[in-house]
Amino acid sequence: MLLLGLSAARVTCGRLRRPGCAFSNARGVSSGRALRAEERATIHFVDRDRKRISVNTVTGVSLLDVVVNHNLDFEGFGACEGTLACSTCHLIFDEQIYNTLLTDTSIADEEMDMLDLAYGLTPTSRLGCQVCVSKALDGVIVRLPEAVTDARKANDKDSAP
Amino acid sequence: MAVKQTVSESKCYLAQARDDVVVDVYERLPVPFGLVRFGVAPDHPEVKNVINTFTQTAQHERCFFHGNVNVGTDVSVEELRKAYHAVVLSYGAEANRSMGVSGEDLAGVFSARDFVGWYNGLPSNKELQPDLDCETVVILGQGNVALDVARILLSPLQMLKATDITQHALDALAASRVRRVLMVGRRGPLQIACTIKEVREMINLPDTRADMLPADFEGISETLKDLPRPRKRLTELIMKTVEMQSGEHEAERRWGFRFLRSPMKVLPGADAKRAAGIRLAVNKLESSGEDAKAVPTGETEDLECGMIISSIGYKSLPLDPCVPFDPRNAIVPNKMGRVQDTAGLYCSGWVKRGPTGVIATTMNDSFDTARMLLKDLDSGILDLSVKKPGGSEITALLRERGGRTVSFSEYEKINLEEVRRGIALGKPREKLLDVREMLAVAWS
Repeated sequence: MLLLGLSAARVTCGRLRRPGCAFSNARGVSSGRALRAEERATIHFVDRDRKRISVNTVTGVSLLDVVVNHNLDFEGFGACEGTLACSTCHLIFDEQIYNTLLTDTSIADEEMDMLDLAYGLTPTSRLGCQVCVSKALDGVIVRLPEAVTDARKANDKDSAP
Repeated sequence: MAVKQTVSESKCYLAQARDDVVVDVYERLPVPFGLVRFGVAPDHPEVKNVINTFTQTAQHERCFFHGNVNVGTDVSVEELRKAYHAVVLSYGAEANRSMGVSGEDLAGVFSARDFVGWYNGLPSNKELQPDLDCETVVILGQGNVALDVARILLSPLQMLKATDITQHALDALAASRVRRVLMVGRRGPLQIACTIKEVREMINLPDTRADMLPADFEGISETLKDLPRPRKRLTELIMKTVEMQSGEHEAERRWGFRFLRSPMKVLPGADAKRAAGIRLAVNKLESSGEDAKAVPTGETEDLECGMIISSIGYKSLPLDPCVPFDPRNAIVPNKMGRVQDTAGLYCSGWVKRGPTGVIATTMNDSFDTARMLLKDLDSGILDLSVKKPGGSEITALLRERGGRTVSFSEYEKINLEEVRRGIALGKPREKLLDVREMLAVAWS
């Protein structure tokens, strides 16, 4: 039953394994911490137009996985498919949840490096591909950064593609 | 509508937003994806994952790719505007800014654009044959392109062998005598244009060590606390590198930054044909922060080197006389993507904003232009009541002129062939370098 739950959810493997995030290899065998069969959580996404979309998901997958598996139509979200090569899965958390996430694991340099390029970077920003859904995130509200138009200077670095 | 192709293939999101919209994408080469294929470094395959998103878009039932069409010579923008309700220019910046110094045309001087094109398989750069039989390479510029070039020059061959770098580049790098790469910038450490991920990669590059001048960082630590987080972390990392380098073992390959230097003249060697060094003007900074200006002090400094690569920015070119062009900024003048004084013509990406930013930047910009276009469709500014022939008229015109396009599924034959050739070499693909060969495969 555990494995069925996993194979139904497409997992975008982050470059870094997050504790609690399960990764299935080609044969559908899971590794990482064992999931309790019925463990689910509700995540409330607030999109760029301030619309709220609530999703009930299995735990143990990343927030990027949730967006992908539930076909949430966020423009350009997760362009690099969870490999820490872009910042398009940027999500903004409430301070309390942000700090809770930090007590589990500190943010890796590689995630911080990509976050530094994100539009609308805040002190409580994370990359969705590096944050795992757990019971602790049940009911949490995560916001997408607001739509950015031409005047984006603050975080825009001159760089190659 | 017609779209002149680029990374903003996400323009096909237009096809998804309304079910009466058809999007045709015109591209000069037989292959799509632009800089994602020809610009992203071979050792950054994850950055190219976005190709999967673009492929999905290109395969949308109302989106059609037409490769092998040179807009401006095979078909004019005017003809496109007659055939479509809207035309979007997203043809990027194919030229490079030149240093504008004497000696720039000596052997051994290259633009980063050409050098990158050479190792990435851009057909027009396949004959470049850069001579890597020298110890020091000086790169003008300190953006991510400069760092890509430095990293490719200094990477252990083992790391490059399993990438999609072109075989001829791999062979040249195997025989390379290059051991030291200096990236030179006009301004100071606080204005460096590269991003932290790329600097971290250089630091972690096996068998190399940093070669910085501690004096360049005097007075910087006091300013750190007031910097925005991205700039602060980047500066701290570079300074840590300076600290560490004194304790480092003698790795054979070295890389470093040189600051407050502008190119003045390329110095020829004894034969007067090849570059043997570069004369640099010494600068000082006026004001501070991101807008600090480099001002010459009158002093100069010479650096000995066997190759010079200028990585000081790309530049868009004018496409067609009927399209307004701002030569000073090298962009198509526009307001939020609507081309100035030209109804039904839009632009997006580097040709609209100038040639800076990562894929996500340009992708978001395309979404902005697409939204503007959709707004104009909805409001009636673009009059859909007039029927337009679209692609059928353009392909007919091209046929009359002896041309033939490459469809997306025909491009996929090129893709498969490249992957097939790569397998034999233990690489994800071996790119086809010759346009005629690409066409032969596409139309086989």
